[in-house]
Amino acid sequence: MFRFALGRLLQAIPVLLVVITMTFMLVHSAPGGPFSADKAVPAEVLEALEAQYNLDQPLWQQYISYLGDVVQGDMGPSFKYPGRSVNELIYSGLGTTAELGFYAMLVAIFIGVIAGVTASMRPNTMQDYVPMTAAMIGICMPSFLLGPLLVLVFGIHLEWLPVSGWNQIPGDKILPAITLGTGYAAYIARLSRGGMLEVLSQDYIRTARAKGLSEFLIIGKHALRGGLIPVVAFLGPAFAGLLGGSFVVETIYQIPGLGRFYVQAAFNRDYTMILGTTVFFATLIILFNLLSDMLAVWLNPKLRQQVRGEG
Amino acid sequence: MKQCPSVSSSSLISALALVLISSLLLSGCGSSESNVESGNRTGTLHWGNGTEPQSLDPHIATGVPEHHIIMALMEGLVHKDSKTLGPTPGVAESWTVSEDGTVYTFKIRDNARWSNGDVHNAHDFVWSWWRALQPALGNLYAYMYFPIVNAREYYKGEVTDFAEVGVKALDDLTLQITLDNPTPYFLQLLDHYSMYPVHRATVEKFGAADERGTRWTYAGNMVANGPFKLKSWEINRAIVAERNTFYWGNDDVRLNEVVFYPTENATTEERMFRAGQLHYTNDVPIDKVQTYREANDTALKVVPYLGTYYYRINVREPHLQDKRVRRALAMTIDREQLTEHVLKAGQIPAYAMTPPNTRGYYPPISLNFDPEVARQLMAEAGYPNGEGFPSTEILYNTNEGHRKVAVAIQQMWREHLNIEVKLLNQEWKVYLDSESSGDYQISRAGWIGDYVDPNNFLDMFICDGGNNRTGWCNQEYDRLVLDVAPRAKTHEERMAIFTQAEQMLMDDLPVLPIYTYTTKHLVHPSVKNIANNIMDQQSYREIYLEGAED
Repeated sequence: MFRFALGRLLQAIPVLLVVITMTFMLVHSAPGGPFSADKAVPAEVLEALEAQYNLDQPLWQQYISYLGDVVQGDMGPSFKYPGRSVNELIYSGLGTTAELGFYAMLVAIFIGVIAGVTASMRPNTMQDYVPMTAAMIGICMPSFLLGPLLVLVFGIHLEWLPVSGWNQIPGDKILPAITLGTGYAAYIARLSRGGMLEVLSQDYIRTARAKGLSEFLIIGKHALRGGLIPVVAFLGPAFAGLLGGSFVVETIYQIPGLGRFYVQAAFNRDYTMILGTTVFFATLIILFNLLSDMLAVWLNPKLRQQVRGEG
Repeated sequence: MKQCPSVSSSSLISALALVLISSLLLSGCGSSESNVESGNRTGTLHWGNGTEPQSLDPHIATGVPEHHIIMALMEGLVHKDSKTLGPTPGVAESWTVSEDGTVYTFKIRDNARWSNGDVHNAHDFVWSWWRALQPALGNLYAYMYFPIVNAREYYKGEVTDFAEVGVKALDDLTLQITLDNPTPYFLQLLDHYSMYPVHRATVEKFGAADERGTRWTYAGNMVANGPFKLKSWEINRAIVAERNTFYWGNDDVRLNEVVFYPTENATTEERMFRAGQLHYTNDVPIDKVQTYREANDTALKVVPYLGTYYYRINVREPHLQDKRVRRALAMTIDREQLTEHVLKAGQIPAYAMTPPNTRGYYPPISLNFDPEVARQLMAEAGYPNGEGFPSTEILYNTNEGHRKVAVAIQQMWREHLNIEVKLLNQEWKVYLDSESSGDYQISRAGWIGDYVDPNNFLDMFICDGGNNRTGWCNQEYDRLVLDVAPRAKTHEERMAIFTQAEQMLMDDLPVLPIYTYTTKHLVHPSVKNIANNIMDQQSYREIYLEGAED
């Protein structure tokens, strides 16, 4: 397992290098610079600014020095927010986004697994169709529609929950977590239904049934572990996706997370911030994929043997 | 299966469910006093502020959200009255102006203090202004200083000794400023944050004086001189300013705290207002303006704004070089129709560049809506009934409001001139790039005044002005705006010169003025002393909160 993980981590280095290089090229070739503004910027000011951020050097030199800094963990200063470093900005948003992602994930797993398992128990009956139709709607429902709808109903009409904020008013985490988690819950429902159906047709389940075990025990103890493997494989990339894709939800609810920085950085041509957040998310995605692969190996005896065989 | 871990999947799910329920639902069971209710009790104003400020350094900042926060934290020599916008005492308790209008002498109040208790005197201004004119700092508002003798020369490096710049501390409490020309709006400039003083010891503690972006503006570090001081700054969450007890006018300040929220999304902001999370919104979504209007909701405040929405015409384009064509385009925009049926938020049709009643100045109006004459002009220019009119494009930055205006104008030109223009939207920075490099034909633009004077609108269009961007150049216009107006002896004479200049601009029409902006806010009834001036300038030292009504 250790060699498997190490191998995968080594593979990540060229991937990250490609990500950095391509992002670097793209941001520098995009029209408009970080300092262009509605009001004309005098030439001498522009010169002073570019000199301060090394933008007056040849591009290859900027690239080399950026790589050197990133290797040491320094993502450089933000162009948009003078005095703030990219590391500092990422750090300031990460905790919030991670917390939001975590709650959203709990919502997704909780709703998704229950719906999926329920559906798989009586395939092609109403007990299957109702949760699966709901899941389909959940997948199709964009968060920019679901968010305002939830706010209107629970925030403004019923006045049960706050309409925005994060950690400012009691209960302000509920709606964002549900909004962000619903789409993923729908995926998880479909994945767990599929996984469960496959497992429930296996011989060992028939054996368990033949032994006269209760349905609850069969599902809960024997079937779930195998049935949830597709869900586990999905969790890693999904969590990384939640972190990177929380922009819409963060905007709807005024949440000071990383997603907003990521999108705004691109609009602002904040070169270092775009690169920094991209590298950061790329690293997260690689790590979470690795984690979920390791978890899948641990859960699935067939894969475990395969890894051992390779090792 | 026996070697499996003992935690079964179902109990894992139950555990997750428990965590979910406890962390989400239980946190919802608090008391539910809204921000507005608690704010009215404690004297805390909750302010929707648009976006996260880039910087709170007055010599670096440029935007409106920054302006609001800096206004709470800092103060200049004078302060604009929030009703009349006339100068009232700030750090200076009084001032005199020499007869020829070029020498200003300010008396600094002897009880002026920085927020850490340090004495605040005339030397602070001399040092701060020296700092603001260091090119390395990248101060985009350095031009605010240019009326002062040798300020421009010093900034450009033509004068190297700051002693030659017209700013002197005659003694600890007397500051003398010498100008090149009498500049009637000079006192207004002093209340622009780019001319606010900064605390030298604090700035130098965190880096070189001309170093951009040091940490002196962080909460816990910043020392300033305004009615409030920086208490906390949580990025993308809120900035809290609390009462500065060392402020000279502290006894008259009635708020204890102001919380500034970065409310980027106007729709979210409006919902926050309805839920009692904000006292004041930075904006109101266009479609909501109508709703509030119909409900006769007094929370909605719509006020004319010192800004003009207009289209630039690239006069370097062969077919747009002909001023008859430009006039025909200008005459077929039905501005009344546009403001009433498309914009619907009280905007005022604009027929000149400078908004009406800018320091008592009313621009000459020679433009009107007249499709008949416009068609004749087009025929004279060689495009009878729009025939043979080259392909033309309106460029705008991606935004629903700009799109609506462009679509309406496209239709008006189709209907009245029988010409087909295309619409092209570009993302903001791309649009800026296209516009400043002259890679457009007609482009959307807007200008918000920095100070209330026609000069601020008219000096944009001098030949090599960085904000001109139309390729239009008229030496006589430049002479009037740059040389003749500053030397005018009286207000009337000066306004007459501006009228003449603006008439020239409107004869040639390198720009098509469309409407005068309005500002739209939602204000909770408990907020008192909110100003309704054309600069949308609020005075936090005057605002107070009355007990909540609900």
